[in-house]
Amino acid sequence: MPEIVVPKKIRIGWFTFSCCEDNLIVVTEVMNDHWQDWKKLFDFRHFRALKSKNILDELDIAFIEGALASPEHEAKVKEIRDKTKKLVAVGSCAVVGLPAGQRNYFTPEQKESIDFLLTRFEALPSVKKVADVVKVDVEITGCPITPESFLEKVNALVAELRPTLTIN
Amino acid sequence: MHTFDLSMEHITKVEGSAALTLKVENGLVKDVHFALTEYKRFFTEALRGKALAAIPAHLARICGTCSNAHIMASIEACEKALGIGPSPQTKLLRALTMHGLIIRDHALHLYLFSMPDIFGKDAFLDLDENDSIEHQLLHDGFDTKSAGNFLATLIAGRSVHATSPVIGGYLKFPEPAGIADAIKKLVAIRPAVLRLVEVFKNAPFRFDTKTKYMALVPDGSFGYLEGKIMTSAGEVYGESEFRNHLEHVILPYSQASAYTYEGEGYMVGALARLNLAKDKLHPKTKASLPEVLALFPSTDIYLNNVAQAVEILHSVDEAIDILSNNTFTPEPIIKAEVKESVGIGVVEAPRGTLYHKIVLGADGKVVEGEVVVPTGQNQINIERDIGKLVQKMIDEKTIGEEPDKEKIAFEIEKLIRAYDPCMSCGSHFLKVNWT
Repeated sequence: MPEIVVPKKIRIGWFTFSCCEDNLIVVTEVMNDHWQDWKKLFDFRHFRALKSKNILDELDIAFIEGALASPEHEAKVKEIRDKTKKLVAVGSCAVVGLPAGQRNYFTPEQKESIDFLLTRFEALPSVKKVADVVKVDVEITGCPITPESFLEKVNALVAELRPTLTIN
Repeated sequence: MHTFDLSMEHITKVEGSAALTLKVENGLVKDVHFALTEYKRFFTEALRGKALAAIPAHLARICGTCSNAHIMASIEACEKALGIGPSPQTKLLRALTMHGLIIRDHALHLYLFSMPDIFGKDAFLDLDENDSIEHQLLHDGFDTKSAGNFLATLIAGRSVHATSPVIGGYLKFPEPAGIADAIKKLVAIRPAVLRLVEVFKNAPFRFDTKTKYMALVPDGSFGYLEGKIMTSAGEVYGESEFRNHLEHVILPYSQASAYTYEGEGYMVGALARLNLAKDKLHPKTKASLPEVLALFPSTDIYLNNVAQAVEILHSVDEAIDILSNNTFTPEPIIKAEVKESVGIGVVEAPRGTLYHKIVLGADGKVVEGEVVVPTGQNQINIERDIGKLVQKMIDEKTIGEEPDKEKIAFEIEKLIRAYDPCMSCGSHFLKVNWT
């Protein structure tokens, strides 16, 4: 008899930068109907909202939520890019940098009034969208994303990464 | 004597990003810094010059999980500025919006964030499906969240950044079929919520945190939208007093602001609400939980988890009542002429009292605004309690025994999770005055 090869679980990471985490909440609601499938499909390697013991080693899919507001954010997203096969920008702040980056559009007076805070916390002069810093493979737009668009994009990635897996 | 530094870069299973540093010198805890590390997004600065109608949706983006509470507080502030109030039907729809939020948000916190601590697991999904109790709780957790999400979506259009509630009313109204489905789902999760209350009541965690408690307490039955601000010491403040009774405290290491009341830390949230208003809960909730409700008022921070579970039950019972006894028909949006004015909105968000203030110019544009969130109000107590907890753990060590920093860090996270802080809310930007 041929050996049955069980495909390895897809290693996923969820990373939050500057945002309101609305997409994370949407995903935890999508999980209500899909958690049993996801437990079989996914190895949640790095997902701080869900677990304490998080590992950033080698990922299949990294979901990036939020805009990049500091040099640490930039360095982190580059590290994630190096360690993941696919990088997905999730939601408006990650995809277009707004509304988290609304200070980029402030008047000179408004900019002056917040400048001491940017200095104190060593923030970037301008907030960046994810694609400003690393290559993005997939974008899921929305403020927040819709459950349907998330499932569509994720299922397409699962099919690409593990063609032998069937998705219900 | 013990001397060490403890630095926790990322607190997990909380909403948003926070870090903690503390120093222990010669066996004494010093310098506990609970810092919100989310970068400021300057929402209150960005609202200057915007049209009033855009404000609730703008301020909702302060926080994903509490977004619908921000919308409710902002709408109230904007309506007060315009001198209008909600119709009786709008009041019911707003109450239902909050019940949907309370169910799904408390369930997220209790099942996904806090329950793993009780079962010694790293994640809620690590609960054992082959164990009958854990299997049941896994299904309970997602079913309860799902029912809250369904209710919020039915009434408010979305459970995150709701689209239907606006200044002056609602844009959409629930259909009978959706109402029937919602009732069915809410009735179905009621036994799960009773199990949830039991799990947290029986959890072996205790931490006494004597403090003042503060909440918006309705004149009538338990709710999250109306009433007066009351404290456990018996003080009463009207909503229009905004936050004049609170003192703003700047913590230079945190991206958020903190508040004190009469110079001391105080607590807002589910524990505060139950301590102040448990007698106003839905009659069915009270009838189902006499022993649990006898635990309140309490100064045990871990009873905040029990209080949240009780509130889920109240919101289930209340929502079933409202949906069963009302029909909803399309109503026009109440409009008003803009004028130079100030409006204040106060609601009980899942994590506690949320204040919104809006200053409107004669041209209908917003001059300025201010938002005070629950986590900022609990920050002083969170730091104080972490200090007390670590001191207690060090004092209980025998001489020469090294403190287990990993265990201390775990206990700190557990305590922080009991407060259910929301860092997204905390870091939206509050105007800082340097004096």
